[in-house]
Amino acid sequence: MNTTNWPLWEVFLRSRNGLSHQHVGSVHAVDAEMAVANARDVYTRRGEGVSIWVVPSAAIVASDPGDKDELFEPALDKVYRHPTFYEIPDGVANI
Amino acid sequence: MSPTSERLLTYADGALVLSHRLSEWMSNAPTMEEDIALGNIALDLLGQARGLLQHCAAETGGDEDELAYFRDAQEFRNPLLCELPNGDFAVTMVRQLFADAWFAEVWADLVTADDPVVRGVAEKAVKENAYHWRHSSAWVVRLGDGTEESHARTQAALDALWPYRGEVATDGWYARVEPVLAEATLTTPGRDAWTQRGSADGWHTEHLGYLLAEMQSLARAHPGASW
Repeated sequence: MNTTNWPLWEVFLRSRNGLSHQHVGSVHAVDAEMAVANARDVYTRRGEGVSIWVVPSAAIVASDPGDKDELFEPALDKVYRHPTFYEIPDGVANI
Repeated sequence: MSPTSERLLTYADGALVLSHRLSEWMSNAPTMEEDIALGNIALDLLGQARGLLQHCAAETGGDEDELAYFRDAQEFRNPLLCELPNGDFAVTMVRQLFADAWFAEVWADLVTADDPVVRGVAEKAVKENAYHWRHSSAWVVRLGDGTEESHARTQAALDALWPYRGEVATDGWYARVEPVLAEATLTTPGRDAWTQRGSADGWHTEHLGYLLAEMQSLARAHPGASW
């Protein structure tokens, strides 16, 4: 195993049309073409997807875990932001 | 066995034996991603082999396992190419390129077969093969047109495998393979170069016996065993 020189790519899959791409993991690859191929081989073996995105991991900008309190805690007590006061009709699969 | 089934057996054995060869890479491929890619391809080939073996076995009243596990090397009809050892990754990829081009011709032909089972196997295999071809041709170009070492190894692989093309090469095969080799900056010995033959009469390389010994050992030690 020698992948020390191969860049890392983040893999996003869309499980079916109408849904958005979800992050599923990462692969090593030397370029974008190989990254798509590797993502297909590693993450769609059981029919998980109809579309693949790959993004260089280095291009991902992440929030600082140390900022957790100021970024996310203010949202925890604002229950009125959740659409929990509506009744969802039967038969609506995705909302 | 009818002439049609004899021909199908060549394809089935080719897929079965090549599948086993690829499975030998499991846990040993150059990268984890490639390990899984080779496993996927091996499983596709195994599925194709099963479909055709079931069809061949039905004609003689046997089953697919009898054909896969209880025939000896002389009874196998796979092209010699499929049984050759993995060598380095370049050998495996050039061998795969040759085999994928062969199967592309085979499946394109069988999608119009009279038999619905054969047609069904072929229709599924066409899509699987298209991806296998994309995988192997991309690797051969990368390796051939890569570093000095990868080029040298891939050229060596091509020189070693070219004499085994005879049983699989048609005009269509050359038309698929030659442009890829050219893009990979590799030099072919040419269509007229000498080639091995023999599998149609049961003459195989020394390697097939060892492969079968491993592939068949479980089924022969525990006949009829199931999960």
